[in-house]
Amino acid sequence: MKHYLTLLSHEVRMLLVNPSTYIAAVMFLGVMGFMFTGILESYSKTPQDTSPAHVFFSIFWFPVLFIVPLLTMKCLAEERRLGTIETLLTTPVTTTEVVLAKYSAAYLLYVSLWASTGGFFYILKKFAGDSRFLDSGPLIGGYLFVAVSGLLFIAVGVFASSLSRNQSVAGILCFAMLAGLIVGVRFLADATWLNRDIFAPVKSAVDYAQIFSHYEDFTRGVIDARQILFYFSGTVLALIFSILGVEAKLLHS
Amino acid sequence: MPDQPLAIEVSHLVKTYAGVTAVADISFTVARGEIIGFLGPNGAGKSTTMRILTGYLPATSGSVRICGLSVAHQPDEIKRKIGYMPENNPLPEDMRVSEYLYFRGRLKEVSRRKLGPRIDEVLELCDLKRVRHKIIGQLSKGYRQRVGIAEAILAEPPVIIMDEPTIGLDPHQILIVRDLIASLRGRMTVIISSHILPEIEMTCDRVLIINQGRVVAQGTPTDLRREVLGGSHYQLEVAGDLTSLPAHLALVEPTLTVTAQTEPDAAGFRSVSLSTDRVDELGEPLLRALLAQNLRVRSLSRVHSTLEDVFLAATRRSWDAVAAPKPAAK
Repeated sequence: MKHYLTLLSHEVRMLLVNPSTYIAAVMFLGVMGFMFTGILESYSKTPQDTSPAHVFFSIFWFPVLFIVPLLTMKCLAEERRLGTIETLLTTPVTTTEVVLAKYSAAYLLYVSLWASTGGFFYILKKFAGDSRFLDSGPLIGGYLFVAVSGLLFIAVGVFASSLSRNQSVAGILCFAMLAGLIVGVRFLADATWLNRDIFAPVKSAVDYAQIFSHYEDFTRGVIDARQILFYFSGTVLALIFSILGVEAKLLHS
Repeated sequence: MPDQPLAIEVSHLVKTYAGVTAVADISFTVARGEIIGFLGPNGAGKSTTMRILTGYLPATSGSVRICGLSVAHQPDEIKRKIGYMPENNPLPEDMRVSEYLYFRGRLKEVSRRKLGPRIDEVLELCDLKRVRHKIIGQLSKGYRQRVGIAEAILAEPPVIIMDEPTIGLDPHQILIVRDLIASLRGRMTVIISSHILPEIEMTCDRVLIINQGRVVAQGTPTDLRREVLGGSHYQLEVAGDLTSLPAHLALVEPTLTVTAQTEPDAAGFRSVSLSTDRVDELGEPLLRALLAQNLRVRSLSRVHSTLEDVFLAATRRSWDAVAAPKPAAK
């Protein structure tokens, strides 16, 4: 692991000099800001039961579906398309170090993008001057949820990128996998045919993997170790598959 | 430690991709400090062999040892001993030259303290000082190629493997690269592959001709000429009665034969090609014999075959060898 930091600083630097990072950041902040003002407007019209932070984080799936593929589709696919993976892997670095460095860099960027939305709440507090708008519970829970679930989402993106040398294929693959994970599982949970006794184990598995219900728990302040385990084990699995994906491509290239 | 330690030992190397045999039973050795050239038509298995040597691709069977270490069993140590420049020389587009070399140097475990002076040295060697702060994506082909070479020699590895280092360079730059490679002679073991045959002939101590995944000929360029083309050839321009020429030639040297003969030109001179198994110089006795026959000789020259002839003959011979057993098997 001694090359990890060298690789990570290289990756972060590459992200910082790349214009597409800034385009993604501007788009992300633009969309999120637009939604935040929409939420505030609805609050100003009618009183609501929940805090604005709760509503704001409940639309987490929308930026995730678009930003995660944008951030991760390039990482391994580009390296393979240009052939630089060959020069990289003929130095004394391991595939694990390369994949982990790329993953960490993308995760850091993802988390810092979300962290910058903290500015919205700061502005709200400064100008509204009403602490009721800023319920710290859902706020901290929401950011914690974003940070923990981001581990898995970015890992899925890195995995998709390891499967293809074409960036757009990797991006679409990542979008499809995330949509299946977030939206698909929700649809399954609502399906009535799963309520039969014979499907009981499937039903419990689907309920366990419900990302929306994890979100509800986090913002209510319930931090369940099983949910944390779900994200961690999913992340580790996706990263192991990415490493295997890169190595399998070498065997068959 | 033996007197002549081997830098690279390859024995019975085989690589198959999905049923296609890219490398079929290649064996060779390279001594320390030697510069060796890989020659072969496209798809002969040169790049695959090089990739296996670096440990990037696993071999299907056979063994490769570099500086006494097995590539399959100690891949990490092997990677510290090799500087590799792949085919087409892939480089990151959006980095500066000095940044790239610094990053690669750190990956290759050159200490921070040594890396700065070493980068300066390498930039000087490869004539890259002027572009050290330029972005690689904006450099011309020649500069990019030299950045690749600079990167390969950066960590001063004992073995350097370069896949077509001079491709796309102009003659002046080829000269620089050739001098650069020649300057590594004795200090580092270098393997290069190339299509440019005079290039290989001038820089390499030894040449390996590969075709269809097999080594079809190897040795110094001089050895190869003798082995593949056999003997030596003479070109003669002569006028007079040539009917008794073969008999007189046999007196000079029994294996000397006429291989081709043209019609007489306006002045009555024919050009005659001769070949013999002897490799030493026969010019003088030949000239004496001809003049003794009252033949008028306008010119006599020994044909210096190029590596190109050797290459063509060796690859043709291996095609024949591959094609021949098939009807026999049926």
